[in-house]
Amino acid sequence: MCLAVPMKVIEIRGSADDFLTEQIAVVDVDGIHRETRLDVVDHWPEVGDYLIIHAGFAIHSLNPHEAAINLELMREMFAKMPQPVAIEN
Amino acid sequence: MKYVDEFRDPVLTGHLLRELAATTAAIARPLRIMEVCGTHTMAIFRSGLRALLPPEIELISGPGCPICVTSAGHIDTFLHMADLPGTRLAVFGDLFRVPGSNGRTLADARARGAKIDVVYSPTDALELARQNPDELMIFPGIGFETTTPAIAATILTASHQNIDNFVVFSTHKTMLPPLMALLGDPSLGLDGLLCPGHVSTIIGASAYLPLTGANHLACVVSGFEPTDILQALILMARQIKENRAEVENAYTRAVNWEGNARAKAMVDTIFEPADMEWRGLGVIPGSGLAIKERFARFDAQPRLSLVVPNTKEPAGCLCGQILKGITTPPHCPLFGRRCTPAGPIGPCMVSSEGTCSAWFAYGNESRGTQDS
Ligand code: SF4
Repeated sequence: MCLAVPMKVIEIRGSADDFLTEQIAVVDVDGIHRETRLDVVDHWPEVGDYLIIHAGFAIHSLNPHEAAINLELMREMFAKMPQPVAIEN
Repeated sequence: MKYVDEFRDPVLTGHLLRELAATTAAIARPLRIMEVCGTHTMAIFRSGLRALLPPEIELISGPGCPICVTSAGHIDTFLHMADLPGTRLAVFGDLFRVPGSNGRTLADARARGAKIDVVYSPTDALELARQNPDELMIFPGIGFETTTPAIAATILTASHQNIDNFVVFSTHKTMLPPLMALLGDPSLGLDGLLCPGHVSTIIGASAYLPLTGANHLACVVSGFEPTDILQALILMARQIKENRAEVENAYTRAVNWEGNARAKAMVDTIFEPADMEWRGLGVIPGSGLAIKERFARFDAQPRLSLVVPNTKEPAGCLCGQILKGITTPPHCPLFGRRCTPAGPIGPCMVSSEGTCSAWFAYGNESRGTQDS
């Protein structure tokens, strides 16, 4: 029941402050479009952001900055090793 | 795909594996690490990491697969509700095939005429309730902190829209109480805890602080890609090497220190803490979530006057011990013989995240751990 892979937002309906209308992001899953509720997402996404989704509800939106920091922390783990190697994205 | 491929990069994986091996070799004793989350269990097997990890690392699966920890009494209650006249059930996929105490499943019930739909989201269940106003739509609520915000939001929608034929039977659970209960047992001899990624998205990394104190456990929050898991294991090994017990976060792109305040507020609106029965672990005080009185009309238990029966585990099934990390599936005499994913006896073989089904699918390619 748990999906670990983040999904890309291609459209947003509703607004962060208006709880009375639907709050929905349309995400792309291998070319298929699926609606996701935004009622409990931690911060409001923009088109192009990625969402972590559980049981039809987004629980987290990620931006490129957060992903880059995470990767940087990983690379620091072995930076002290004898032959540091640059990794391309 | 973005935010995925980077974290599966084989070059980065290789570097991290070498760093991990160097760290564990310097410790020169076995490190017993529990991975709590069923999705971690599957990810470690599926990615092939389990076979590549340094020999010092012993990974033990914990009680984090939501289907697996659902008690036989609760499964029997779901079956009972499916048999009541005028009801319809909507369930998450894996629940469909979990046998109750007498071996019967919801799939069997449906074959004999019960109305049961498999859904992906509780909102699908609410939609089915709207389309079938003459039936009472029952949603068996299972799962941890990642799932409860979705259930709470759906109940709130039902309340706003006055949909009266939708009820939830809550067996929802919270992660910390069983960990406190389990990890307080020194005979498990655990050094560290690989904390569940998306439960932590909701509760925040700080939630594990109580485990670092009295239990002196190294706690590291991990994502689900191979580099995520390796980064977490390196941080953990370094803590163990330096005799530290801290909470660290190796999944910064999805988890912060405080968690998701909006989701937590949504859950607090609908639910309150309650005692909860876990398969294999018994009743753990305050480890469950019950629907608040204010929303009682969406609570299946009072509306249908349900009493959860006391039941026994299926004969011979060791799921209870596997969930506590005290044994592994190959030690179950039924494993792979009478119990397989096609014909499961216990829930750990049914769920795709269950420890028994992971061992069945991938176990032969991996080295054994623990007492094997
Ligand atoms: S192999 Fe089957 S019977 Fe044995 S513990 Fe696992 S689920 Fe239970």
